[in-house]
Amino acid sequence: MYPSLLRVPGDWFADFDELHRQMERLLGPPGQVSSIRAVQRGTFPAVNIGLTPDAVEIYAFAPGIDASSLDVSVDKGLLTIAGRREAKPREKGAKVNVYASERVHGEFRRVLSLPEDADPDKVEASYRNGIVHIHILKREASKPRRIAIKDSQ
Amino acid sequence: MDNTKDLVKQDNQNTPTAPPLIPPVDVTEDDSGITLLADLPGATRETLSIDVNGDTLTLEASLGLEQPQGLQPVYAEIRSARYRRSFTLSRELDSAHIDATLKDGVLSLRVPKLEQAKPRRIQVRAS
Repeated sequence: MYPSLLRVPGDWFADFDELHRQMERLLGPPGQVSSIRAVQRGTFPAVNIGLTPDAVEIYAFAPGIDASSLDVSVDKGLLTIAGRREAKPREKGAKVNVYASERVHGEFRRVLSLPEDADPDKVEASYRNGIVHIHILKREASKPRRIAIKDSQ
Repeated sequence: MDNTKDLVKQDNQNTPTAPPLIPPVDVTEDDSGITLLADLPGATRETLSIDVNGDTLTLEASLGLEQPQGLQPVYAEIRSARYRRSFTLSRELDSAHIDATLKDGVLSLRVPKLEQAKPRRIQVRAS
Protein backbone atom coordinates (compact mmCIF):
# COMPACT_ATOMS: atom_id res chain seq x y z
CA MET A 1 0.00 0.00 0.00
CA TYR A 2 2.88 2.41 0.73
CA PRO A 3 5.70 2.91 -1.76
CA SER A 4 8.30 2.30 0.90
CA LEU A 5 8.49 1.67 4.60
CA LEU A 6 9.96 5.13 5.00
CA ARG A 7 6.73 6.73 3.93
CA VAL A 8 4.51 5.86 6.80
CA PRO A 9 1.15 7.55 7.23
CA GLY A 10 1.42 10.64 9.39
CA ASP A 11 4.79 11.41 7.82
CA TRP A 12 7.28 11.67 10.62
CA PHE A 13 9.64 13.67 8.45
CA ALA A 14 7.19 16.49 8.91
CA ASP A 15 7.61 16.01 12.65
CA PHE A 16 11.37 16.35 12.25
CA ASP A 17 10.87 19.72 10.58
CA GLU A 18 8.79 20.83 13.50
CA LEU A 19 11.36 19.57 16.01
CA HIS A 20 14.10 21.40 14.17
CA ARG A 21 12.09 24.60 14.27
CA GLN A 22 11.41 24.27 17.99
CA MET A 23 15.11 23.71 18.70
CA GLU A 24 15.97 26.83 16.74
CA ARG A 25 13.39 28.78 18.64
CA LEU A 26 14.59 27.68 22.05
CA LEU A 27 18.33 27.67 21.52
CA GLY A 28 19.36 31.10 20.43
CA PRO A 29 23.03 32.02 20.19
CA PRO A 30 24.48 31.28 23.66
CA GLY A 31 26.11 33.91 25.84
CA GLN A 32 24.62 36.80 23.94
CA VAL A 33 23.20 39.81 25.74
CA SER A 34 19.69 40.36 24.48
CA SER A 35 17.44 43.39 24.41
CA ILE A 36 14.83 43.67 27.14
CA ARG A 37 12.24 43.70 24.34
CA ALA A 38 13.74 40.64 22.66
CA VAL A 39 11.13 38.14 21.56
CA GLN A 40 11.14 34.42 20.93
CA ARG A 41 11.97 33.46 17.40
CA GLY A 42 8.89 32.91 15.35
CA THR A 43 6.94 35.75 16.96
CA PHE A 44 4.36 37.17 14.58
CA PRO A 45 5.03 39.37 12.69
CA ALA A 46 8.75 38.94 12.07
CA VAL A 47 10.57 42.25 11.77
CA ASN A 48 13.67 43.45 9.94
CA ILE A 49 15.15 46.88 10.58
CA GLY A 50 17.63 48.82 8.51
CA LEU A 51 19.09 52.31 8.54
CA THR A 52 19.94 54.69 5.74
CA PRO A 53 21.69 58.05 6.27
CA ASP A 54 18.34 59.82 6.48
CA ALA A 55 15.73 57.27 7.48
CA VAL A 56 14.88 54.20 9.53
CA GLU A 57 13.27 51.42 7.47
CA ILE A 58 11.21 48.79 9.25
CA TYR A 59 9.70 45.78 7.52
CA ALA A 60 7.10 43.67 9.32
CA PHE A 61 6.24 40.37 7.64
CA ALA A 62 2.50 40.12 8.22
CA PRO A 63 0.76 38.34 5.34
CA GLY A 64 -2.98 38.06 4.88
CA ILE A 65 -4.08 41.12 6.79
CA ASP A 66 -6.70 43.65 5.87
CA ALA A 67 -4.71 46.90 5.66
CA SER A 68 -7.54 48.77 7.38
CA SER A 69 -7.17 46.62 10.51
CA LEU A 70 -3.49 47.51 10.85
CA ASP A 71 -2.61 49.96 13.55
CA VAL A 72 0.85 51.54 13.39
CA SER A 73 1.65 54.17 16.02
CA VAL A 74 4.67 55.93 17.49
CA ASP A 75 4.68 57.03 21.11
CA LYS A 76 7.62 57.98 23.34
CA GLY A 77 10.14 56.54 20.94
CA LEU A 78 8.30 53.23 20.67
CA LEU A 79 6.78 51.95 17.48
CA THR A 80 3.75 49.72 17.86
CA ILE A 81 2.44 47.49 15.09
CA ALA A 82 -0.87 45.89 15.97
CA GLY A 83 -3.61 44.21 14.04
CA ARG A 84 -5.74 41.17 13.66
CA ARG A 85 -5.63 38.25 11.32
CA GLU A 86 -8.93 36.53 10.79
CA ALA A 87 -9.10 32.79 10.50
CA LYS A 88 -11.06 31.60 7.50
CA PRO A 89 -14.50 30.75 8.80
CA ARG A 90 -15.36 27.12 8.45
CA GLU A 91 -18.64 26.06 6.98
CA LYS A 92 -20.88 24.61 9.58
CA GLY A 93 -21.60 20.95 9.27
CA ALA A 94 -18.81 20.40 6.74
CA LYS A 95 -16.69 17.37 7.43
CA VAL A 96 -13.23 18.89 7.64
CA ASN A 97 -10.00 17.28 8.75
CA VAL A 98 -7.25 19.58 9.97
CA TYR A 99 -3.72 18.32 9.31
CA ALA A 100 -1.63 21.41 9.92
CA SER A 101 -2.48 24.63 11.68
CA GLU A 102 0.80 26.50 11.92
CA ARG A 103 -0.32 29.94 10.84
CA VAL A 104 -0.95 32.57 13.48
CA HIS A 105 -4.50 33.88 13.88
CA GLY A 106 -6.11 36.53 15.99
CA GLU A 107 -4.70 39.67 17.56
CA PHE A 108 -1.03 40.50 17.33
CA ARG A 109 1.05 43.35 18.62
CA ARG A 110 4.72 44.17 18.44
CA VAL A 111 6.56 47.05 20.06
CA LEU A 112 9.98 48.18 18.87
CA SER A 113 12.16 50.90 20.31
CA LEU A 114 13.24 53.41 17.71
CA PRO A 115 16.66 55.01 17.48
CA GLU A 116 16.80 58.37 19.28
CA ASP A 117 17.16 60.34 16.08
CA ALA A 118 13.94 58.99 14.50
CA ASP A 119 11.37 61.73 13.95
CA PRO A 120 7.93 60.62 15.23
CA ASP A 121 6.24 63.22 13.04
CA LYS A 122 7.60 61.80 9.81
CA VAL A 123 6.34 58.25 9.64
CA GLU A 124 4.92 56.61 6.55
CA ALA A 125 3.55 53.10 6.40
CA SER A 126 2.52 51.02 3.43
CA TYR A 127 1.27 47.45 3.02
CA ARG A 128 2.21 45.41 -0.01
CA ASN A 129 2.44 41.68 -0.70
CA GLY A 130 2.02 40.94 2.97
CA ILE A 131 4.81 43.22 4.17
CA VAL A 132 4.24 46.33 6.26
CA HIS A 133 6.94 48.82 5.34
CA ILE A 134 7.41 51.66 7.81
CA HIS A 135 9.60 54.52 6.74
CA ILE A 136 10.64 56.96 9.47
CA LEU A 137 12.74 59.98 8.63
CA LYS A 138 15.55 60.97 10.94
CA ARG A 139 15.55 64.40 12.53
CA GLU A 140 17.15 67.07 10.39
CA ALA A 141 19.73 67.83 13.05
CA SER A 142 21.04 64.26 13.12
CA LYS A 143 21.49 63.83 9.38
CA PRO A 144 25.05 63.66 8.17
CA ARG A 145 26.25 67.02 6.94
CA ARG A 146 29.23 68.22 5.14
CA ILE A 147 30.96 71.04 6.97
CA ALA A 148 32.19 73.76 4.70
CA ILE A 149 35.69 74.93 5.54
CA LYS A 150 35.89 78.66 5.53
CA ASP A 151 38.73 80.46 4.00
CA SER A 152 40.69 82.13 6.79
CA GLN A 153 41.79 85.07 4.70
CA MET B 1 23.81 41.85 14.53
CA ASP B 2 24.23 40.95 10.94
CA ASN B 3 27.06 42.16 8.78
CA THR B 4 25.44 41.42 5.48
CA LYS B 5 24.95 44.30 3.08
CA ASP B 6 21.33 43.54 2.33
CA LEU B 7 18.54 43.36 4.80
CA VAL B 8 17.60 40.01 3.39
CA LYS B 9 20.09 38.29 1.18
CA GLN B 10 19.02 38.30 -2.42
CA ASP B 11 18.91 35.13 -4.46
CA ASN B 12 22.27 35.37 -6.19
CA GLN B 13 24.03 36.00 -2.91
CA ASN B 14 22.55 33.12 -1.04
CA THR B 15 25.15 31.29 0.92
CA PRO B 16 24.76 27.94 2.65
CA THR B 17 24.37 29.89 5.90
CA ALA B 18 20.98 31.19 4.75
CA PRO B 19 18.79 28.13 4.25
CA PRO B 20 15.39 28.78 2.66
CA LEU B 21 12.59 29.82 4.96
CA ILE B 22 9.98 27.17 5.71
CA PRO B 23 6.62 28.89 5.37
CA PRO B 24 3.99 28.04 8.00
CA VAL B 25 0.95 26.32 6.52
CA ASP B 26 -2.62 25.35 7.35
CA VAL B 27 -3.78 22.13 5.69
CA THR B 28 -7.38 21.00 5.77
CA GLU B 29 -9.27 18.30 3.94
CA ASP B 30 -12.91 18.00 3.06
CA ASP B 31 -14.86 15.60 0.88
CA SER B 32 -13.81 17.16 -2.40
CA GLY B 33 -10.16 17.97 -1.81
CA ILE B 34 -7.36 19.46 0.24
CA THR B 35 -6.88 23.15 0.95
CA LEU B 36 -3.45 24.51 1.81
CA LEU B 37 -2.77 28.04 3.02
CA ALA B 38 0.84 29.19 3.22
CA ASP B 39 2.31 32.45 4.53
CA LEU B 40 4.70 33.83 1.95
CA PRO B 41 5.14 37.54 2.69
CA GLY B 42 6.97 39.33 -0.09
CA ALA B 43 6.18 36.71 -2.70
CA THR B 44 4.61 37.80 -5.97
CA ARG B 45 2.93 35.85 -8.76
CA GLU B 46 6.10 36.15 -10.81
CA THR B 47 8.43 34.76 -8.15
CA LEU B 48 6.17 31.99 -6.88
CA SER B 49 6.49 28.55 -8.37
CA ILE B 50 4.37 25.52 -7.60
CA ASP B 51 5.72 22.28 -9.02
CA VAL B 52 4.35 18.79 -8.97
CA ASN B 53 6.94 16.14 -9.68
CA GLY B 54 5.62 12.63 -9.35
CA ASP B 55 3.77 12.80 -6.06
CA THR B 56 5.80 15.67 -4.60
CA LEU B 57 4.37 19.14 -4.48
CA THR B 58 7.01 21.85 -4.04
CA LEU B 59 6.34 25.48 -3.27
CA GLU B 60 9.13 27.92 -3.98
CA ALA B 61 9.09 31.69 -3.82
CA SER B 62 11.43 34.54 -3.29
CA LEU B 63 10.97 37.41 -0.93
CA GLY B 64 11.17 40.78 -2.59
CA LEU B 65 11.80 43.85 -0.47
CA GLU B 66 11.84 47.39 -1.75
CA GLN B 67 15.10 48.49 -0.25
CA PRO B 68 16.42 52.00 -0.59
CA GLN B 69 20.02 52.56 -1.61
CA GLY B 70 22.59 52.40 1.14
CA LEU B 71 20.45 50.47 3.61
CA GLN B 72 22.46 49.08 6.52
CA PRO B 73 20.75 46.23 8.35
CA VAL B 74 20.66 46.63 12.12
CA TYR B 75 18.28 43.84 13.10
CA ALA B 76 16.92 40.94 11.07
CA GLU B 77 14.59 38.12 12.00
CA ILE B 78 14.12 37.08 8.38
CA ARG B 79 17.56 36.19 7.05
CA SER B 80 16.82 34.47 3.81
CA ALA B 81 15.13 35.68 0.67
CA ARG B 82 13.79 32.30 -0.41
CA TYR B 83 10.91 30.11 0.66
CA ARG B 84 10.76 26.42 0.01
CA ARG B 85 8.55 23.64 1.27
CA SER B 86 7.56 20.28 -0.17
CA PHE B 87 4.67 17.96 0.47
CA THR B 88 3.87 14.48 -0.73
CA LEU B 89 0.51 14.05 -2.36
CA SER B 90 -1.42 10.85 -2.32
CA ARG B 91 -2.83 9.10 -5.35
CA GLU B 92 -6.46 10.02 -4.86
CA LEU B 93 -5.53 13.69 -5.36
CA ASP B 94 -5.82 15.23 -8.78
CA SER B 95 -2.52 17.08 -9.21
CA ALA B 96 -3.46 18.16 -12.73
CA HIS B 97 -6.21 20.45 -11.44
CA ILE B 98 -4.52 22.35 -8.66
CA ASP B 99 -5.88 25.83 -8.24
CA ALA B 100 -3.72 28.52 -6.63
CA THR B 101 -4.26 32.14 -5.67
CA LEU B 102 -1.88 34.56 -3.99
CA LYS B 103 -3.19 37.52 -2.07
CA ASP B 104 -1.35 39.79 0.38
CA GLY B 105 1.41 37.23 0.75
CA VAL B 106 -0.88 34.29 1.49
CA LEU B 107 -0.95 31.42 -0.98
CA SER B 108 -4.16 29.48 -1.10
CA LEU B 109 -3.93 26.17 -2.87
CA ARG B 110 -6.74 23.76 -3.64
CA VAL B 111 -5.96 20.19 -4.63
CA PRO B 112 -9.15 18.42 -5.72
CA LYS B 113 -9.72 14.72 -5.36
CA LEU B 114 -10.10 12.54 -8.41
CA GLU B 115 -13.69 11.87 -9.39
CA GLN B 116 -13.50 8.18 -8.56
CA ALA B 117 -12.01 8.95 -5.15
CA LYS B 118 -14.92 11.12 -4.01
CA PRO B 119 -17.07 9.57 -1.35
CA ARG B 120 -19.80 7.18 -2.39
CA ARG B 121 -22.29 5.57 -0.24
CA ILE B 122 -22.11 1.84 -0.64
CA GLN B 123 -25.51 0.22 -0.95
CA VAL B 124 -25.94 -2.90 1.04
CA ARG B 125 -28.10 -5.34 -0.83
CA ALA B 126 -30.38 -7.74 0.85
CA SER B 127 -29.35 -11.23 -0.07
